[in-house]
Amino acid sequence: MATATAGGAAQPGSPPAPRKSVLGTPRWVAVLFLLPALVLLGALVVYPIGYSITRSLFSADSSHFVWFDNYGEVFTNHDTLTAVKNNAIWVIVAPTVATTLGLIFAVLTERVSWGTAFKLLIFMPMAISMLAAGIIFRLVYEQDPDKGVANAVVVGVHDTFAEASAYPRARPRPNGDLAPSGGGAFTTKAPHEASTPVALPLIGILAKDLPDARPAKPPEQAKEGGKGVTGTVWLDFKPGGGGKPGQVDPGEKALKGVKVEAVKDGKVVASTRTADDGTFSLDTSGPVRLRLPSSNFAEQYAGVDWLGPDLVTPAIIGAYIWMWAGFAMVLIAAGLASVPRELLEAARVDGANEWKVFSRITVPLLAPVLVVVLVTLMINVLKIFDLVYIIAPGSTQADANVLALQLYLESFGSGNNQGVGSAIGVLLLLLVVPVMIFNIVRMRREARR
Amino acid sequence: MHAPRISRGGRRVLAVTAVAALALTAAGCGDDGGGGSKNDKSDKSGGASNSSVSLPELGGQKLQVAAVWTGAEQENFRKVLDEFEKRTGAKVTFVPTGDSISTFLGTKIEGGQPPDVAMLPQVGVLRQFAKSGWAKPAGPGATAQLQKNYGKGWQDLGAYNGKQYGVYFKAANKSLIWYNTAVFENAGVKEPKTWDEFLKTAQTVADSGVEPVSIGGADGWTLTDWFENVYLSQAGPEKYDQLAQHRIKWTDPSVKQALTTLGRLFGKKELVVGGQSGALQTEFPKSVSQTFATDDKAGMVFEADFVAGVIGSETKAKVGSDAKVFPFPSVGDSSPVVSAGDAAVALKDGKGAQALLTFLASTDAARIWAQQGGFISPNKSLADSSYPDEVSRGIAKALIAAGDDFRFDMSDQAPAAFGGTKGSGEWKRLQDFLKNPKDVSGAQSKLEADAAKAYKNAG
Repeated sequence: MATATAGGAAQPGSPPAPRKSVLGTPRWVAVLFLLPALVLLGALVVYPIGYSITRSLFSADSSHFVWFDNYGEVFTNHDTLTAVKNNAIWVIVAPTVATTLGLIFAVLTERVSWGTAFKLLIFMPMAISMLAAGIIFRLVYEQDPDKGVANAVVVGVHDTFAEASAYPRARPRPNGDLAPSGGGAFTTKAPHEASTPVALPLIGILAKDLPDARPAKPPEQAKEGGKGVTGTVWLDFKPGGGGKPGQVDPGEKALKGVKVEAVKDGKVVASTRTADDGTFSLDTSGPVRLRLPSSNFAEQYAGVDWLGPDLVTPAIIGAYIWMWAGFAMVLIAAGLASVPRELLEAARVDGANEWKVFSRITVPLLAPVLVVVLVTLMINVLKIFDLVYIIAPGSTQADANVLALQLYLESFGSGNNQGVGSAIGVLLLLLVVPVMIFNIVRMRREARR
Repeated sequence: MHAPRISRGGRRVLAVTAVAALALTAAGCGDDGGGGSKNDKSDKSGGASNSSVSLPELGGQKLQVAAVWTGAEQENFRKVLDEFEKRTGAKVTFVPTGDSISTFLGTKIEGGQPPDVAMLPQVGVLRQFAKSGWAKPAGPGATAQLQKNYGKGWQDLGAYNGKQYGVYFKAANKSLIWYNTAVFENAGVKEPKTWDEFLKTAQTVADSGVEPVSIGGADGWTLTDWFENVYLSQAGPEKYDQLAQHRIKWTDPSVKQALTTLGRLFGKKELVVGGQSGALQTEFPKSVSQTFATDDKAGMVFEADFVAGVIGSETKAKVGSDAKVFPFPSVGDSSPVVSAGDAAVALKDGKGAQALLTFLASTDAARIWAQQGGFISPNKSLADSSYPDEVSRGIAKALIAAGDDFRFDMSDQAPAAFGGTKGSGEWKRLQDFLKNPKDVSGAQSKLEADAAKAYKNAG
């Protein structure tokens, strides 16, 4: 700065008399030409800022002066603090990831023949509005794997490795002999002997879903000479109601293929699967407890809760990166084009591998461009609003809150408190100012080079 | 908060309105030339013979009506306005306001160009408009019609400081549970009358293999309606009014009891479709469509009469056979009747606005829309036969039968910051409660903190 002023003062053309400039135009002409710009700037930038600052010192209905009460409220309001925290996450994560991805794309596409096509594809999301992107990602993150592509992928991958169970939502009646024994398994409370056949009723399956099931066979004692604990597993629910709980009634369906284990002192001593008519016979002599292991009931995997309270902010940042990585890539690619080839060649001749060339030559040479991209994205991210407003569902909107959204909600959404809204606006301005100053200083320095 | 306006699928254009529409088309053609008033006059004398209300001659006057309605609701309301035009000779323009009607009207009024009549969906807004002098009191004509056709409860809702302002033209009965008849048949259950029976029914439906209760928890207003029904039935109308005006706190034992009662449903994963977290990601339209699109996803869904509209537009189920409805089960002594509605309010002085209020308060106006369906009128003189189907007839009957014991949606009476904002206030706190129904006292203290702030700011 000091040098700049010194340089300015030393300029030879500086007129001693303030009335005329170098070319001899009178000052009033200069002012005349500046006037439209000054008026516009004043009306559209300076006045609103000044008004917001004043407004932030007045109460909700702007009737009386409340000093800094609105700011006090901003800093004690839980929602605003969440917004500040989320904004911090946004400012750190979103520009960094977008720039990194942009850098990778730019460097990689430089080498391939179809690079332009690839760049075009990556850049395409920039062409649609934030609102449209928000709606698209609302659908992408839909919970139902049949609708949301993110969960469709997650569930698809999961189901390739883990098998779904036959009766995912089946369960015994509460207060029956079978009780949950942890981990999704059910175990009988009473020990069972070989002499008495065991009834293991389950409910919670839609009878319509078992079109081929045979009618259940009431539990019977093992045949003459046969040993072991026997019983029946069946769907203890008769369509249309009726039927006694715990008893095999006519019309109730057998559950085949259910795994039944005999447990003695916590150890599995025998195990089998039920037959087509729901019966099973375990080759063991009592007393044993019978367990239906959790593999029978494993719930269908529902995918990731993308828009739940924990993942909602990362999910929205993902949508933002989808949009803006292309922007970063194009700027960085332009910078890359001006990197002198000789330096890269020289490094390669000297025996540097590609990683070294990338990290020691390309990135340092690109540093100014990377900084421009980072700072632009930071300013952009500080005012993020639309994506959050659209993607976050009502139940997690507060968890995904950011300052610009909170500003909107306070001013126009609920309380119609434009005093607090203006205070948040001023806070947002204060947060942007350091980045702007940094940007201006940097641009001046660039210009002087 | 008022529910999204949803159009009703089945539209029956009855002969009467068809004729009326034809007559109007003819009148409209004449209007283009500027000599319409003569035509209108002859129409008026023709229609006046069977009308229950006398309206002044307003030939050539221009009126504006603002309301949130869109789609089929707007079309049907247009039919009501057409009849008014036919009888008076006035020209009425419909102005759609978008979702936030108070913001829309606020800017119009500040700008000195208010519509003549606005349909206000929230009591709070009506009182605010009356307080600030924006709303004009209803004249003798409208008041006479109101006294003739409306119960005291509905009149009082439209009054402020002893003066009558609003005419509740359209009502919603928010104490209904819709169920999939196939699911109930399969489970062998009947419509429950009490909360205990309701839970037992839900349990039996769950046992039959269908998740019983579909909750649209992503939209906070459905949860406030759940709470209001339980609270009104359990704590009674007096407490309900006190809580609505925040004269008792949300930390009151009666709130605790109501939340605990609600927790008996919300807290049982197997009773709620998709479990608690699934319900929190289900928007209201989806909560309806998943109940009626197939016969194995969900058994019941709770919400007002406009559920019929969603069933009509998003599923193939038929209201009355595939989808039926029963009144919200009684938690305390009697079944609750929570209602909502749109009140017509005059925002400009003048004969035209008053005449329109008078007409909207009349049975004739109510009948026109009632015949189109998707409409419940608080007008007790309206004959049951005006409604096109058994279900809406039943809903209307229940609303009228409640007499003055119905209560207006509590969250619509509260300041918007508490009762009507996505992601904050009561909506958010009840969503948190649905996520963790065990934490009754935590929910209460947070509700109270939000309420205290909102009521203080609203003055």
